[in-house]
Amino acid sequence: MLNYIKLIALGLVTLFAMIAANYARDMAYQVHAIIVAVVSGGLFIWTLRGTGDVKTTPQNEYLDGVVRAGVIATAFWGVVGFLAGVFIAFQLAFPGLNFEWAEGYANFGRLRPLHTSAVIFAFGGNALIATSFFVVQRTSAARLWGGNLAWFVFWGYQLFIVLAATGYLLGVTQSKEYAEPEWYIDIWLTVVWVAYLAVFLGTIIKRKEPHIYVANWFYLSFIVTVAMLHLVNNLSMPVSIFGSKSVQVFSGVQDAMVQWWYGHNAVGFFLTAGFLGMMYYFVPKQAERPVFSYKLSIIHFWALIFLYIWAGPHHLHYTALPDWASTLGMVFSIVLWMPSWGGMINGLMTLSGAWDKLRTDPIIRMMVISIGFYGMSTFEGPMMSIRAVNSLSHYTDWTIGHVHSGALGWNGMITFGALYYLVPVLWKRERLYSLSLVSWHFWLATIGIVLYAASMWVTGIMEGLMWREVDANGFLVNSFADTVAAKFPMYVVRGLGGLMFLSGAIIMCYNLWMTVKKAPAKEALATAVPAE
Amino acid sequence: METYSLLREFADSWMLLFLFAFFAAVILWVFRPGSGKEYRDTADIPFRHEDKPATDEEART
Repeated sequence: MLNYIKLIALGLVTLFAMIAANYARDMAYQVHAIIVAVVSGGLFIWTLRGTGDVKTTPQNEYLDGVVRAGVIATAFWGVVGFLAGVFIAFQLAFPGLNFEWAEGYANFGRLRPLHTSAVIFAFGGNALIATSFFVVQRTSAARLWGGNLAWFVFWGYQLFIVLAATGYLLGVTQSKEYAEPEWYIDIWLTVVWVAYLAVFLGTIIKRKEPHIYVANWFYLSFIVTVAMLHLVNNLSMPVSIFGSKSVQVFSGVQDAMVQWWYGHNAVGFFLTAGFLGMMYYFVPKQAERPVFSYKLSIIHFWALIFLYIWAGPHHLHYTALPDWASTLGMVFSIVLWMPSWGGMINGLMTLSGAWDKLRTDPIIRMMVISIGFYGMSTFEGPMMSIRAVNSLSHYTDWTIGHVHSGALGWNGMITFGALYYLVPVLWKRERLYSLSLVSWHFWLATIGIVLYAASMWVTGIMEGLMWREVDANGFLVNSFADTVAAKFPMYVVRGLGGLMFLSGAIIMCYNLWMTVKKAPAKEALATAVPAE
Repeated sequence: METYSLLREFADSWMLLFLFAFFAAVILWVFRPGSGKEYRDTADIPFRHEDKPATDEEART
């Protein structure tokens, strides 16, 4: 019965997408309509061929196929995103890389949102979806709720990524940082996200443990808050149902405030709360000891979610935003330092009594450096939100450096650690293919981040000081082009740092691939499991 | 009173008080007597049921 409803829906979507491709008012919308028509048409045939098959879902094992797919997608999109980042870093150093023939498609302006979205939403998002599905099953002692709904979440999210990425190259954007996709892509993400929430919450509800483990609290707050942020920031009215352009509901400073309320909480709940969920599961597992203080983890959770939501206005110092609002944002950003460091201490101290593992286990080393970078960037952030510091740092490369020490150091490293933990478990392997390759990855990535962050501090503070330098008569000393010329050496160093980080990720992909192919299989369980 | 001022006044007073009281209550709740033993058990959740879900008999309440 369900299959017939699916077939009707897929048929209607395919038909509408074909009509939309015909009436499309712009090229990007036409390309997207064709993609949707092909995908839903293919799904129609696939569903039709499967109709009538009897499928059994074993309730006595975890649904790990979707997690395996998520691990592969995370590694793939990670390399794509890092590669795009390295390329645009060199585009800034050597403008000739904005090729004449690719103008309007592959110049910096088009590739930059491709890079940010590929690393945050494709790499980070897939990592969050995959690990949350893994963790919620293990800590609830229950199979994922909703049958194959988890697979819908996975593939639906990949479709969102493909539509968003092709849209950036073709110029579809609503000009909101980290929320660039236009109205129809936003609607699709909303559908996928509601399914994600249903799967996650459904699994928690049918859990076999009395308590909801703290990692699930963080994952759940990430899912719920991102839904709220996405809906409010993307309130817009399409110009036509057959065109990609839409008009924002908010305007002026209200629009700016909503955008940075969204933007900062995307950092707070996507890149922080979700990844803290990862930390609270994978660090104890890899260290083989429970979290340092469960009490602290609860206080950490409530303090973090109570404070983060207010910090957005610090992105709008010295703008049309009222002073009281930007002061509020600044104060909450500084208070936020405390729960952040509470979480950092909780993660690091989980290793107390097992510090010797740092010498022998490169995976735990990766997790520790990730928590270290979390601590560093959550100190740097509050400092940069202070109005006086912000007057120097805003609009400079310092901001870029801050974001990358958080994204590469904290999000990247904790994800790599989780992937190294997950692959042997998911593919039933005794161990990783090579620990020395993990060490290579660790050092390449760490030195890469240090080069990146250090060059951005230097160039950011330099350009901030050059912009504000005035002579005795009150005239500006430097033209904008002077600052660009002065930044050249640091831009090259930044590009090289990125290249090292990318090489580390490629080594990781090779290592994980060989783990699945070559590493010895884990001994099968002695007790026979009845097939159901 | 227009909507903005009304909501603003509510947010600055009762809502602020509620959020603060909620947060303070969470901290007091965490340190309630006997919580340590319970949390030690909870912190061990990741080390149970690694390979397959719990059966109904194994389920803990």
